[in-house]
Amino acid sequence: MTDDDKPNRPGQMQTELTQRKPRGRLGRDVQSKIGQQLRAMYDDVVNAGVPDRFSELLRQLDEQKAKDKGSNA
Amino acid sequence: MTLNPSLREAMLAAVPSLRAFAISLSGNIDRADDLVQETLLRAIANIDSFQPGTNMSAWMFTILRNLFRSEYRKRRREVEDTDGSYAESLKTHPEQNSRLEFQEFRAALAKLPPDQREALILVGASGFSYEEAAAICECAVGTIKSRVNRARTRLADLLAIEGAEDFGPDQSTRAIMAAGGRG
Repeated sequence: MTDDDKPNRPGQMQTELTQRKPRGRLGRDVQSKIGQQLRAMYDDVVNAGVPDRFSELLRQLDEQKAKDKGSNA
Repeated sequence: MTLNPSLREAMLAAVPSLRAFAISLSGNIDRADDLVQETLLRAIANIDSFQPGTNMSAWMFTILRNLFRSEYRKRRREVEDTDGSYAESLKTHPEQNSRLEFQEFRAALAKLPPDQREALILVGASGFSYEEAAAICECAVGTIKSRVNRARTRLADLLAIEGAEDFGPDQSTRAIMAAGGRG
């Protein structure tokens, strides 16, 4: 990727240069792109829901509890 | 164990987000699910120390993070991922997280120091406030803010994002876009 690909409208170059390395501060569009990608990656897992393994685990613990109660009574 | 149905529901409701957090921390789905399971067991065993009315999700995130931290200290060499095994491990699970569009991003995320990675995930993806993230990570709010900022700056460098138009789903798409030019 080279700067030659970029449009050379007047004023454009200066804007890009100042946005590129503004002393540790990121441009708003860069931050928002990172945020979007981060959430997309995260939500990909969240949208998978609760695997059976975990609902099953809680169910078994409940049953165990009921059983313990029954034998204690 | 005395787990009433509403607490049980709240715990299950937190699971999808806990998994996403655990995968982001450990880089490995199997270990992430083990972490989530251990978190559920700890949460149930310590449910008496949960304060009703407070955020169940944040409480469980704290447990998971502490579990991961103690495991991390034990297995530091295995967890540190400078050679890309983090991203590689995700490719072995084609059912999820191997999406091409996320591989480059995950690989970059794996290169962040753990402190910065967790702060960025908690604030930028899990949706916690800076204050909640600080409570989960047991540090000052200002520390979280600075970690998040450093994480974003480093990610932008790693992904070579210089502007919105440079940020494609992956390297090859970017190359194609660059070669083809734009309207």
